[in-house]
Amino acid sequence: MPDLGKYGDTVLSAYGVSIALLIVLVGLSLWRGRRVRSALAEVEERAKRNG
Amino acid sequence: MSLWEYANPRKFLTTSERLLPWFWGLAGLCLVAGLIWGFFFTPDEARQGATVKIIYLHVPAAMLAINAWIMMLVASLIWLVRRHHVSALAARAAAPIGAVMTLIALITGAIWGQPMWGTWWEWDPRLTSFLILFLFYLGYIALWQAIDNPDTAADLTSVLCLVGTVFALLSRYAVNFWNQGLHQGASLSLDKEEHVANVFYLPLLVCIAGFILLFVALVLYRTGTEIRARRMAALLARERAGA
Amino acid sequence: MIALLLRDLKLAFRAGGGFGLGLAFFLIVTVLVPLSVGPQTSLLALISPGILWLGALLANLLSLDRLLALDWEDGSLDLLATAPLPLEVALGIKAFAHWLTTGLPLVLAAPVLGVLLNLPTAGVSWVVISLLLGTPALSVIGTFGAALTVGLKRGGLLLSLLVLPLYVPTLIFGAEVSRRGAVGMDVTTPLLMLAGITAAAVALLPYASAAVLRVNLR
Repeated sequence: MPDLGKYGDTVLSAYGVSIALLIVLVGLSLWRGRRVRSALAEVEERAKRNG
Repeated sequence: MSLWEYANPRKFLTTSERLLPWFWGLAGLCLVAGLIWGFFFTPDEARQGATVKIIYLHVPAAMLAINAWIMMLVASLIWLVRRHHVSALAARAAAPIGAVMTLIALITGAIWGQPMWGTWWEWDPRLTSFLILFLFYLGYIALWQAIDNPDTAADLTSVLCLVGTVFALLSRYAVNFWNQGLHQGASLSLDKEEHVANVFYLPLLVCIAGFILLFVALVLYRTGTEIRARRMAALLARERAGA
Repeated sequence: MIALLLRDLKLAFRAGGGFGLGLAFFLIVTVLVPLSVGPQTSLLALISPGILWLGALLANLLSLDRLLALDWEDGSLDLLATAPLPLEVALGIKAFAHWLTTGLPLVLAAPVLGVLLNLPTAGVSWVVISLLLGTPALSVIGTFGAALTVGLKRGGLLLSLLVLPLYVPTLIFGAEVSRRGAVGMDVTTPLLMLAGITAAAVALLPYASAAVLRVNLR
């Protein structure tokens, strides 16, 4: 851990907020992607069966 | 073999499927390496102390906030001229990423500004124009979500993106005129005299590469999601019509 | 063309046309501001040009959702789109009618309301000139926003979210002219920029409005 001096809170909060936002963005994208993918597979399966 | 082949949704999906692991991997690698390098192994700056470490998040996010909009503009133009659906969906996929990047740039800027300028927020031209850019992103996303017919939505948001670009540029100059700022000049200029010192510059470049790769990976992935969602809507509609 | 203009004006003046609403809203804003920031005349004199501009902007925004919505509902927009008159021109005229019924009254009311806000006498003429030059741009931009959201059921809030960022350049330069005028500074640059933005918006935006309206009518 580097010595951040009196600016420890500043730097850490900036890193924390940014990384959290990035993780939320990636997480939401992946979550929606998975959901849409499985839903599509289901619908396509049904479409094939019904001819 | 031309670039336009990738405008075919199926071709786009298979190719992006093959490329995505590389982009995810490289983006993760660059981000982790750059941020660790920046956070643990760079010295403090003489005037700004340890706060200089915020630059590794602030500058790449700000760059992408602007470039995501430019990418949306190009994608919108391609949609309006050549009617490739993938293009319109890519613009849609990029907007929330751009909005988040703008938000990161604003928040890290505010956190950085607090000890340096003694205030969280200053109506400085750069800060103000980023806030306005954020509003443009919100409007664009809201318009996409408000319209049911996908082609209508793509047309309307494309025109909004074009008009919005002109007004965003106008706002940038208006704001510059309106208030002289505290913000320092370009930190990335190729001119050696102007850009930040090399100890900070090299890890910064790695971080920028990481952010750009992450952006590409996210756009590819989210565009794929949009394509599938569109296809699903079409299949469901056919199902309902058949039933 | 003139028939369309007259028709729009007549509809606006008729009961329920919303002609007086914008003015009343403008008045309310200027009354509420001193109530919220306190009655010090020196402070009010300082911020009065900005408040007049903000009030004009919001009053303008308020009347936008009825700009095209009524014509959309009764189908006369479809008639306009198929009429020999180009849709660009028709929308330009509708924007002009909107300006005559909303923008111009605001310009004329501004000096009177300026008295309430203790606007310095040197600033009165500049506020009027800047509003006169700026409000046409607001009407044209608003027409674009109205054309974008005309097909939506609850487009009102979305309309504000879309249109307000587009108002930013006009607001900045307009308020800057008024502010500088009120303290006796040189106003040439912002005045030219304001006029330039209005001219460009009036010349170009009807094309964008017509394009999105055609999409919405499809």
